[in-house]
Amino acid sequence: MKFRILNVATAAIAAMCTVAGVAFADTKVGMITTLSGGGAGLGIDVRDGFMLAIKQSGRSDIEVVVADDQRKPDVAVQLADKMIQSEKVDVLTGIIWSNLAMAVVPSVTAQGKFYISPNAGPSALAGKGCHPNYFNAAWQNDNLHEAAGAYANSAGYTNSFILAPNYPAGKDSLTGYKRFFEGGIASELYTKLGQTDYAAEIAQIRASEADSVFFFLPGGMGIAFLKQYSDSGVDIPVIGPAFSFDQGILQAVGEAALGVVNTSQWSKDIDNPTNAAFVESFQAEYGRLPSLYASQGFDAANLLISALDKAEVGDADAFRDALKAAEFDSTRGDFEFGDNHHPIQTIYAREVIKEGDIFTNKIIGIAFENHSDAYAPECEM
Amino acid sequence: MSFALIAEQILNGVQFGIMLFLMAAGLTLIFGVMGLINLAHGSLFMVGAFAAAAVAGATGSFLLALLAALTAAAIAGALVELVVIRRLYGKDHLDQVLATFALILIFSEGTRWLFGSFPLYLSIPSYLSGPISLPGGIEYSLYRTALIAAGLVIALGLGLMITRTRIGVQVRAGENDREMIAALGIDISKLYTLIFALGAALAGLAGALVGAIQSVQVGMGEPVLILAFVVIVIGGIGSIKGALIGSILVGLTDTLGSVFLPQALRLVMDASSATAVGSSIASMAIYILMGVVLIWRPTGLFGARF
Repeated sequence: MKFRILNVATAAIAAMCTVAGVAFADTKVGMITTLSGGGAGLGIDVRDGFMLAIKQSGRSDIEVVVADDQRKPDVAVQLADKMIQSEKVDVLTGIIWSNLAMAVVPSVTAQGKFYISPNAGPSALAGKGCHPNYFNAAWQNDNLHEAAGAYANSAGYTNSFILAPNYPAGKDSLTGYKRFFEGGIASELYTKLGQTDYAAEIAQIRASEADSVFFFLPGGMGIAFLKQYSDSGVDIPVIGPAFSFDQGILQAVGEAALGVVNTSQWSKDIDNPTNAAFVESFQAEYGRLPSLYASQGFDAANLLISALDKAEVGDADAFRDALKAAEFDSTRGDFEFGDNHHPIQTIYAREVIKEGDIFTNKIIGIAFENHSDAYAPECEM
Repeated sequence: MSFALIAEQILNGVQFGIMLFLMAAGLTLIFGVMGLINLAHGSLFMVGAFAAAAVAGATGSFLLALLAALTAAAIAGALVELVVIRRLYGKDHLDQVLATFALILIFSEGTRWLFGSFPLYLSIPSYLSGPISLPGGIEYSLYRTALIAAGLVIALGLGLMITRTRIGVQVRAGENDREMIAALGIDISKLYTLIFALGAALAGLAGALVGAIQSVQVGMGEPVLILAFVVIVIGGIGSIKGALIGSILVGLTDTLGSVFLPQALRLVMDASSATAVGSSIASMAIYILMGVVLIWRPTGLFGARF
């Protein structure tokens, strides 16, 4: 990576020398994301989506510095300090996990830098803690869970068994589901974060009178839960947010995920030219199908590029307005920011299907149209 | 709460414990006999799971996958012992921790380099999938029942090996006085390599068996490693019997705690705070158990008395 950055830098310098006089200021982007350890798949997808958009734009004046936060808040904070102080980046992006975002974003924006989130959307940064320089190109954390609640209503479920890991995003998740689900709650369970055996929980689901199960268990936890659930012989239908059904992990879940309904703001079959081109070029570039995380990285980069087309980062007010306008072709179709700089967007219900040998998702309906978040009214800026 | 649910939860606890035993057995032998703290034991668990997933993907046979897991982990274990661990026997525990921690990083990034960052697919074979009916109206996963049976057979085999065979005698002698058994003309370094490979193979087997119902991904071994250390501290370092009893105690405490504590607390407080408080205490339950055992018996249930 360093080598490539050096190349970009030398190319940029060479370009400036030849086009003497018309020297555009280079924009430096710092990407802090998770590239090693258990959650690396998410960070790698965000990075690859982001870099694909930069490459397709053909712009050599955007320099991206990528660093691995190892999913550790202290490492992320150190990287942010280093990027701002010695690398002199103008814009930061990349963080996957909400606890890392909470450690980094407030200090970044307080120093007058811009932060574009390609994933984490903690409620604290959407409500009272919102900031003019903070933009979220993905979602507010509660959104997909709220959509699952709304979908459960429309599917006619009246009694849900709900479970999530015992940590802040897990609690937000169950709160989000209950905010829109109108039926009763058979039981509410918090599991250990990182738990991989769900036999005890599945036994309780079997004994409950529930007609539906809602779960938020991202990454490996979701793989384990789904495999064990399908083997247990319990046949209560399952719903969840897209985080347990993204392209990266579906192949590891296999048959156990078939037919499960999940909610997402993106799907590879959203019908618009930008999305079709994105899916095709991502596959050509990296040899795998993109996940929702990749689409978020891609959109975040295009948002940034659209703003740079209109204003320089140095002119903070103009640049901020350009970001807020969000005039770029999103993989999600129309894209619009609310007043708290979080997306107002459609959230879909998808079903896991098998295409040839590959497990993937297909849109089966719309859970929300033009959905904002519950914290926007608390944001004053 | 019905009888069937309680029985199912007890079976879950036992099954979890049995899988922990496969990890803990190797760890306790290595710690007890060789005096070595091996943090990389979790990596061998991961090696087993990845080898099984790769072979299952290529051949479609679960038995071949298990065989591959055993072999790959044993080879990895023997190599690690010959190349790295051998230099650490005379060193301080802190040096061992540092070196084996480095091994975790090397194994994790090496696996990522070989297999990529996304989880692999490994599933239960069709002949072991689905639930079976046990007496008393209990419906239980056939695969988990098979896990319990396989684990008990291995425990029995290990027990016989330790008490009835020549190698077992050497292991027990090495535990008590390693200078003395070297003086008696036994090739201690060969014995150490053998024990390390055996422990590694058990960890690899556990990784493959558990990987089929969980997720095969980089870093999957570390959470299990922590529990395995709790088990051997409770059971007494170096004791296979202690590892078995400790594993089942930890498995039952963890499973039953997370199920029954929130429900018990519901009798004295409202539902949502009972869930929150109960889940928190349940996460601590095995450490509380460890504390109580250590106060009662400072060297663990079956540890050597000093």
